[in-house]
Formats: sequence, C-alpha cells, structure tokens
Amino acid sequence: MSDTILSIRDLSLALPRGADRHYAVENVTYDVARGEVMCVVGESGSGKSMAANAVMGLLPKGVRATGGEILFDGQDLLTFSEDRHRHLRGRRIGMIFQEPMTALNPLMRAGDQIAEVFEAHGVLTPKERQAKALALLEEVGIPQPEKAIRAYPFELSGGQRQRVMIAMALALEPELLIADEPTTALDVTTQAQILELIRDLQQRHHMAVMFITHDFGVVAEIANRVCVMREGQVVELGSANDVLDTPKHAYTRALINAIPSNAVPPTRAEREPAPLLEVRQLHKVFRSRGGLFKPAREVVALHDVSFTLDRGETVGIVGESGSGKSTLGRCVVRLERPDSGELRLDGIDFTVLKGDALRRERKRVQMVFQDPYASLNPRTRVGMAIAQGPMANSVPREQALKQAEDLLELVGLGAKTAERFPHEFSGGQRQRIGIARALALNPELIVADEAVSALDVSIQAQILELLEDLKQKLSLSLLFITHDLRVAAQICDRIIVMQHGRIVEQGTAEEVFLSPREVYTRQLLDAIPGRAHEPAMA
Amino acid sequence: MSFFARFAQNRGALIGLIILTMIILMAILAPLLYPESPWRMVQRPFLSPMEVDGFVLGTDTMGRDVAAGLMHGAWVSLLIGLVSTAVALIIGVPLGAIAGYYGGLIDDGLMRFTEFFQTIPNFALAIVLVAIMQPSVTSIVLAIAIVSWPPVARLVRAEFMSLRHREYVEAARLVGQTNSTIILRQILPNTLSPIIVLASLMVATAILLESALSFLGLGDPNVMSWGYMIGAARTVIRQAWWLSFFPGIAILLTVLALNLVGEGLDDALNPKLARQRQ
Repeated sequence: MSDTILSIRDLSLALPRGADRHYAVENVTYDVARGEVMCVVGESGSGKSMAANAVMGLLPKGVRATGGEILFDGQDLLTFSEDRHRHLRGRRIGMIFQEPMTALNPLMRAGDQIAEVFEAHGVLTPKERQAKALALLEEVGIPQPEKAIRAYPFELSGGQRQRVMIAMALALEPELLIADEPTTALDVTTQAQILELIRDLQQRHHMAVMFITHDFGVVAEIANRVCVMREGQVVELGSANDVLDTPKHAYTRALINAIPSNAVPPTRAEREPAPLLEVRQLHKVFRSRGGLFKPAREVVALHDVSFTLDRGETVGIVGESGSGKSTLGRCVVRLERPDSGELRLDGIDFTVLKGDALRRERKRVQMVFQDPYASLNPRTRVGMAIAQGPMANSVPREQALKQAEDLLELVGLGAKTAERFPHEFSGGQRQRIGIARALALNPELIVADEAVSALDVSIQAQILELLEDLKQKLSLSLLFITHDLRVAAQICDRIIVMQHGRIVEQGTAEEVFLSPREVYTRQLLDAIPGRAHEPAMA
Repeated sequence: MSFFARFAQNRGALIGLIILTMIILMAILAPLLYPESPWRMVQRPFLSPMEVDGFVLGTDTMGRDVAAGLMHGAWVSLLIGLVSTAVALIIGVPLGAIAGYYGGLIDDGLMRFTEFFQTIPNFALAIVLVAIMQPSVTSIVLAIAIVSWPPVARLVRAEFMSLRHREYVEAARLVGQTNSTIILRQILPNTLSPIIVLASLMVATAILLESALSFLGLGDPNVMSWGYMIGAARTVIRQAWWLSFFPGIAILLTVLALNLVGEGLDDALNPKLARQRQ
C-alpha cells in the first residue's frame, strides 16, 4: 500500500525477567494508513500502549524489542539511534497523553509550552512561535485563545488542557498522531468534544491517527479500523464496522457485550415505598481559608438537595466532575458534614450525630470507594482489613476473622485469600475486597462512589453483577454514584442527575433515558460515545 | 518466610548487622580485654600504631592506649546514639502524629511549640542544657534528644497529613474505628519507612553531637567516648593521624551499619517488597 505511513511487522517486545509474562507484545502486525484513524483496543495489561511507545522510542526501562520491525515511511524505527528518533518525535510523529495535568509543565504558560515545541526543533523566531501558538490554540477551539496563551495549566479545565496538548502535538504538522487514552480522564460531554476535535483535525490535516483506548464506545465514535489486543497479541483486526457489527473472535464479542448497553432496563417490580434514607434541603459550601493576599474562595458543592431512597432500592446519582455527586455521597456516610439540611436514616437524623453516637450508628451506612488501589491499607492483610470493622464494634477477634473469610467467599475470592496483602490482587479483586469490607458490618445502605470507574469493562460487568446479586441476597439498598450513564442505566431503579451541586432531574431509569425533561440530561445522553452505533451493536 | 529470612535477603542489611554485632561485642569485651581504665597513661605519648608490641593502635597525646579507648568508647557512643534517638522518637512521633492527624488548632499549637525549639541553634541549646544539668551520660542523652526531635515531628506530621485523607483511612473511620486505632494501626505503619531512615541518620548525628560536646569539655568526665577521642586529637591531627583516624572509622562503620540495618528493616517490614522477593 502506498498510503501506509506506519507498518508494524511481527513486533515482539520482551518484558524484563520476573514479569507476569515474557512478552509485552508478541508478533504484532498492523498498519496505519494516511488519513485513517486506527483504534488499538484492549483492557489494561493487554500491551496496547507498548507498541505506541516503541514507535515513539519511549519504551520503559527493561523492555526490549526482540523481533520484527516498525516501518515508518519505509524506515525501520527500531534501528534508529536516540538522536534520529528525537528528530522524528514532534516533527513527524505527535503524541497526546492520557492525563493532561501531568503531561503539561505546571509552571509554564500554555503558549510557552507550545512555543517550546518549535524551539526544540529550532524552527521559527521567538515572535513567530508565539503567533503560531496563538493560531494553534484557536484551531483547537479553546475559548478566548488570547487569554489562554498566558494561562498556567491549573487555570485551565481538563478539556482545555487536553486541547493544549493537542495543539502541542499538532505544532509541527506531524504525519502520524498517537493518542494514548486521550479522553479517559475527561467527562462525557468534554470527551465528546475532544473526540470531535481529533476527528476534525485528522481530516483537515489528512493525518494518520493511532488511537489507543479501552472503550468500545469511543471506538464506534472515531475509528476507521480497529485492532483488538489481548495479552500482547492481536486478537482481531478489521474495519470498524466489521469488528463492531460482526465480531469474529469470542474475546471481542465478550468485550462488546460487556459494555453497559443503552438498552433501558425493564421496569422493576413495584414495591411498597418505605423510605430508608430521606435527604432534605442539604447544603454544603467548601471554603478555603483566605490568606494575606488572596481572598477566601467559596465553592458551592451542594445546593438544596432533597431526595428519598426506599428500602431495597438502587438510586443512581449521575453527574460530571464538580457536580457535587461525590460530596453528596460523603455527606450521606458523614465523612463530610453538611452545612444545613436533614439526612434521616430510618428516622434518625445523621447530621446532628457526633463522637461516640456517630461511631455507633456509622455501621448502618457503608461505602465502597472508587480507587481499588488506594482504599486498602497496603500493610494490612485483607482478612484483617475486613475484620477491623466488626472488631471496632466489639466483635471478638477470632469471630471477626472467621466472618471475614466467609465474606471473602461470598464475594467470590475464597477464604484462603484472607492471609494475603492487597498488592497481590488485581483491581477487580480489590474492589471485591472493598465490597466485602463494606458488608462486614451488615449495613442497610451502601454508598458506592464510582465503584467501577477504575476497572476494565469486562471486570466492570462482573462487579456490577456481584453488587446486584448481593443486593438481592442481603436485601440491601444502594446509592450508586457514577459519571457513567451507561453504568447507571444497568443497575439503578431511579436516577438523579446532578450539575453544579443541584439536582437537575430525577426519575426512574426509564424516564430519564427515554424522555429526559431537562436540556442537560439530554446533552449527557447525547455525549455517550458509540450511541449512534448502538442499534447495530445490540 | 520468617522475618529474619526476609531481612537477610537484603545482603547490605546482613553486612550491617554483622558490623553492628562486632561493635556491640567490642563494647561487651572491653572490660575483659582491657581491664584497666582507658584513661590510664600506659606508655610514651604519640606512639604510632604497631610501633611498640601490645599497642596495636598506638598511644595518644597523654600516653593512653588508643585501642583501649576505642573498645571502651564503643559502649558510650552506642548508648548515647541509640538512647537519645529513641527518646527523640518518643517525643517527636506522637507530637507529629497528633498534629498531622487532627490538623487545625491542635496542629497550629503543636507546630508553634516545635518551631520554638527549631529557632534556637541545636548545638547552642545542647551546650546550655548540658551545662545546666551537669555533664553526665544522662544529661547528654537528654540534651541530644531534646535538640533532635523537631525534625521527627515535622516528618511524621507531613506523612500523616498526606495519609489521613487516603481512602483506606476514610474506610477505617466509616467502620467506626477510634481515632487512636486509626493513628496506630492504619497510618503509623505506613510512615515507618521514612522514620526508620531518619532514625538511623539521627544516631549518627547524636554520636557526632556528643563528640562536639566532649570537645568543649562537656562530656561525661568518667567515660571514654569516640567523640572525646576525636575531639582531643584534633589539635595534633598532622603529627598523629591515627588518634582521630581510628575513632573516626569506628563512627563511620557504626553509622553505615545502622543505615544498612535500617534499610533492611524497612524492606523486611514492607509486605509488598517481601512478597516480590519470594
């Protein structure tokens, strides 16, 4: 093919000894043609980013190429010296990273960071560089580019930072753009905008884009061709339509099926409304202490929030970052104290409880945290981590440990795992431990704060299933906080949509999905990636 | 795998432990090998090492046996280094933990108190304290501990401040653990690494501080220490290098050994590293 810009042939990258497998990627072959978007899809650990790192010459220490070649415009990049690679980077191959906050220098103005790209390659005069930076910021659609050029990264929103990153990657008009999970850290609506921007720029500049993602929704949105990877090997390769509509490999099918679908769940059996949690007119304002030269800042996290949650019900709280949904969850478990309003659990007002009384009542509401890596003490064995709750509530040690083993069994890990430390488990397994810990106190209500957001889709599906299953078995109620409408649709009876600390809309899952009353809800729904493709996928 | 086996997998730590054992043996065997007081003048002054049989390390400015001083000094130097560090930890860790965990006014109060000690130069304060309390091993240990706890408190406070909002700490609060349990069981174990490293360096500083005090004549007049030996030999370093060289090497080896052991302890206590090595 004459228009192939990048061609990876039988590439094998060896991992250092002691890793859980020998090769990061093994005999991987795929092409990227000019003017197309190639999506490399896979779950974490599938090696999907590794090939891209090899293309950029940025392999982590200890990883070596042991075979194959990477042909970029006919030249084998693996034989390139560091110097030649550097010439290529930025000039002919651009890259966008996942986390725009850490990829930008926090102490440098946006304009200077873009100008730095020109400087590194010794093109243009300083004045022209600034002018070009401004033009680029305009092109990537940052509002008020004249102001943004002088802004520091922390003054920009996540989406704006990602736009700056894209501007930097585009500065020297590369022929190939590598985008490594560029929208994963962003809100849905922002994600939709960034995806549109990338597609738009790709067409305007006739670039090749290698887009690495774990999300099949994003794939449906942007890909021309798809390469599905699993454990370092290419499982399936083909045009986007073929792969999405008629996946050949079982793994691809499993991945596509695991995506929470937009199909609205059947209305569940009506039950007697017996309110367990009543929240009335909750207010919460965060104040930062002002200093000598800076005024105190106030952020309204919750404003007049009222809702009820019935026994045995699952209520989803959906919103983008900064909507106050996590603050609400934290107020319910009293990690945060609301400024005013009422929060009644079974008639007891939680907001006024203090000290020992609070410690005693606490066990009735438990929480499952977002980050399975941060929510377990690295120095505590998991059995102990689960038993600590009952022990704090004066259950004897032996009995608590025995119960912890039963709980581990219940969440599908087996009693023997109690003796292990958290780092020996995968993300999904840790989340199961987190759930077991929350269950240890026989709570009536569980608050799950983004409990599946950090997990791969297939694991996500398993954890959701587990939650649903436990809910039935133990007649729990669930407050499910998420940014992902698709996940909420799967598990929730009722959905509350929040924005800027206020409740925008609440109703049954069906109502919210099929006939959203508010503009904002509709925007959220439209922004879900892969929505247009949905009928074909289902 | 037993704790010691995990510890021994770090070869450096094993070497450190061997050196440390040798130094402790030196301290124990001193009264047996050199039953006489190390302060006694036994030969001509300024004998260089091996010059006269029986005086392997030579004699000092007053004709005292350097080898005897080294052996007897091991006890005092180790004692002062370890005990003063322990006392400093006992003061600094709880203060820092409470300040970092509770924050707010408690933090402000405790930190102003800490700063009060930090604004006075360490050494000047130590001199004043020893002078007031009369020079003795106890007063020296106390003085060194009192001047060296503020960095501990600051370090522990910083660690606590970053750890107290971790999700596992919040989870512990949610299940109803008391504040003291959370401090002792959840947060403190995770601050051990930097504390161990700091403590092993503090032992070194304490030994050196003691030597500086001895140099000024504020050492315990009844005991021989490495610090005193170096202090006394400083004026004649060009004529008699061995007088400061051997105690200097002894301090260096002790500090090195403690650092290695500290690092080994840290590794052995860290479950993540321990399993990786299996």
